[in-house]
Amino acid sequence: MFFTYLRRELRRRRKAALVVASGLALGIALVIIVSSVSSGMSKAQDKVLESLYGLGTDMTVTKAAAAPGSGTGRPRFEFDAKDGDDDATQSTDRVMVQGFQSLAATTVDQVGKQTGVADAVGGLSLTVMKVDGQFKRGEFKQDESATTGGGGRGGPGGGGSTQPQGEVQGGGASFDVNSYTVYGTDVTKQDLGPLTSSKITTGRTFKTTETNAKVAVVDAAYAKEKELSTGKTVTIHGTKFSIVGVSTAESGDAAANLYIPLQQAQTLADSKDKVTTVYVKAADSQQIDSVKATIQKNITGTTVTTSADLADTVSGSLSTASDLASSVGKWLSIAVLIAAFLVAGLLTSSAVSRRVREFGTLKALGWKSGRVTRQVIGEALVNGLMGGVLGIAVGLAGAYAVTAVSPTLTAQLGSTGGGAGRGGGMGGPGRQTASKALDIALTAPVSLSVILMAVGLAVAGGLIAGAFGGWRASRLRPADALRRVE
Amino acid sequence: MYTLQGVTKQYTRGKSTVHALAGVDLTIEDGGRLVIQGPTGGGKSTLLQMLGGLDRPTAGSVELDGVDLAKLSEAKLTKVRAENIGFVFQSFNLIPTLTAQENVETALVPLGVKTSERRRRAAEALDSVGLGERLAHLPSEMSGGQQQRVAIARALVKQPKVLLADEPTGNLDESMRDEIMEVLETLWKEHGLTFIMVTHDSAIARRAPRLATIRKGKVTITENAAA
Ligand SMILES: Nc1ncnc2c1ncn2[C@@H]1O[C@H](COP(=O)(O)OP(=O)(O)OP(=O)(O)O)[C@@H](O)[C@H]1O
Ligand SMILES: [Mg+2]
Repeated sequence: MFFTYLRRELRRRRKAALVVASGLALGIALVIIVSSVSSGMSKAQDKVLESLYGLGTDMTVTKAAAAPGSGTGRPRFEFDAKDGDDDATQSTDRVMVQGFQSLAATTVDQVGKQTGVADAVGGLSLTVMKVDGQFKRGEFKQDESATTGGGGRGGPGGGGSTQPQGEVQGGGASFDVNSYTVYGTDVTKQDLGPLTSSKITTGRTFKTTETNAKVAVVDAAYAKEKELSTGKTVTIHGTKFSIVGVSTAESGDAAANLYIPLQQAQTLADSKDKVTTVYVKAADSQQIDSVKATIQKNITGTTVTTSADLADTVSGSLSTASDLASSVGKWLSIAVLIAAFLVAGLLTSSAVSRRVREFGTLKALGWKSGRVTRQVIGEALVNGLMGGVLGIAVGLAGAYAVTAVSPTLTAQLGSTGGGAGRGGGMGGPGRQTASKALDIALTAPVSLSVILMAVGLAVAGGLIAGAFGGWRASRLRPADALRRVE
Repeated sequence: MYTLQGVTKQYTRGKSTVHALAGVDLTIEDGGRLVIQGPTGGGKSTLLQMLGGLDRPTAGSVELDGVDLAKLSEAKLTKVRAENIGFVFQSFNLIPTLTAQENVETALVPLGVKTSERRRRAAEALDSVGLGERLAHLPSEMSGGQQQRVAIARALVKQPKVLLADEPTGNLDESMRDEIMEVLETLWKEHGLTFIMVTHDSAIARRAPRLATIRKGKVTITENAAA
């Protein structure tokens, strides 16, 4: 009888059931959308971090920030200003260590020996500034009118001055500044570092024997721009490298334009046995903070940056949206959910009130109170599940719509003009991207756990509604069969 | 057999107290037939609730076959209702979403009757009130008289000792009234049960062999040997 009665009620009072179900559905759909969007956000953030670090890197070690403002080591371009009729193109490039700070290569081993460190690998990030153009000396032109015109326009010295008057014309330069980034990678340890976030799409990656070979892997985007491909060569600061592979960054933003063996990079930058960044993989991803503390304590003069630290420095619409999703979105969905639960409960309770005589009659016929209550809870539970199904459908559709539209969010990396102290903490390639914004398409992946949570919420909603209604039904007396309602 | 002694029932609403029953003493023999009448608000329905174990008296005892319903636990009282008492209400009180057959079946649910047997017995009961062809009809698809016949089938399907009817013809027009009375009287004779009925219909009251009149919570019995 339980199921017959249940089926009949749900079929013949479809409208009432639908009202309760759609209230719950709204709450559940919102929870699904919000949590899938937030997981999309954190995925996007992971992608941003991954593009800096590479896969599997838990933290980086860089040199502690020096006092800001020390211009030491900054590049100086020198051009000869040729005489007027010489308009030959000049070109010069400067190789700079990114951030102008480096660590001794021995730090890599030191870091590797710390407890909790599974692996450590060093890399050298370089920026190459290339300037080419024409530089002309200005020509002095005599101002004829000045000499003939007498002292009318003379200087403070009074009229009759014999000083030639005129101006410098045509001097100056027309040049092009071009900068690109080079990353010196440890070819013997290729499972850690920025290159891991890229896939080799043509050619090959470095051989472990190519520790000092003049070979390069070029990022696909840069390769396209500069028309580079495998088999061709690329010249960096006068050294020719043959391109062995083209890599494509999985997140769309590569850590560097060119990758070369570490020793070559050190030679180019005149930084023998130096690295800019040590990439560290922790033995236990739960222990990252303690590993960070260990390194910072044992190796002085270093800054350890974990993914979490880096995530804090991500700004731009991505972090705004992600803050929004985690604060407003979360509270909104909780509020809607609570409201939906309450509305479902009140509607169920009022539905019981409208059926006072019906339930009173069943009690008069000898139905135990529990049986009547169970019937009410059963109905509410089915309403809840219907709401769950509806909510999951709407939620999936919403999440799918977000993914289909994939709104673009920008992630600004590094300090947001918040002072040098903070910027120093970034270190490594982070510094390179300090001024760079990454565009990330937002997706809203729905995980199985979110679906399970939605089912759980539906059941909970049904039970809450059932509790309201069931409590009401359990208090009805058989004499209510004679009550004059309707 | 019913034995009522000093039954009072008070309803308290805020400060005012209504004495719906003010000391009722009454005996009803097994297989007996009692018609209850009286002015509105006199306490007829209240008395029927006491007899049917739907409510408990404020004081006094309501014994059914030596068991005081006033003192039974809720569970036992529920069981008495399920097994021994059939109810027919003025406004039919059918479950609107259930078919005629399912409505009749609800009376057998608390007795733990198996589904197949429940269906069979419900169909039989409906047949005995002349609704053998309407098993799958919903209450809303039937006339008032037909609905009341479904309710009678529901009251009798469990073969109770007692049939209580509270103005069973109150919501029906004249032609249906007679029809329902006929059905009830036939079934009463067939089943040999105790039949207690509240009615406003003075024609019915006049024909009754034993008549209880309730006024302001007090009962007066009139025996009518002629009927
Ligand atoms: N649940 C209740 N709460 C308060 N007062 C009640 C309740 N039920 C009945 N009463 C009061 O008790 C008195 C008797 O009511 P009862 O329903 O027994 O009368 P009745 O004789 O059946 O009247 P009617 O012919 O109108 O059906 C009335 O004054 C009624 O208002
Ligand atoms: Mg009444």
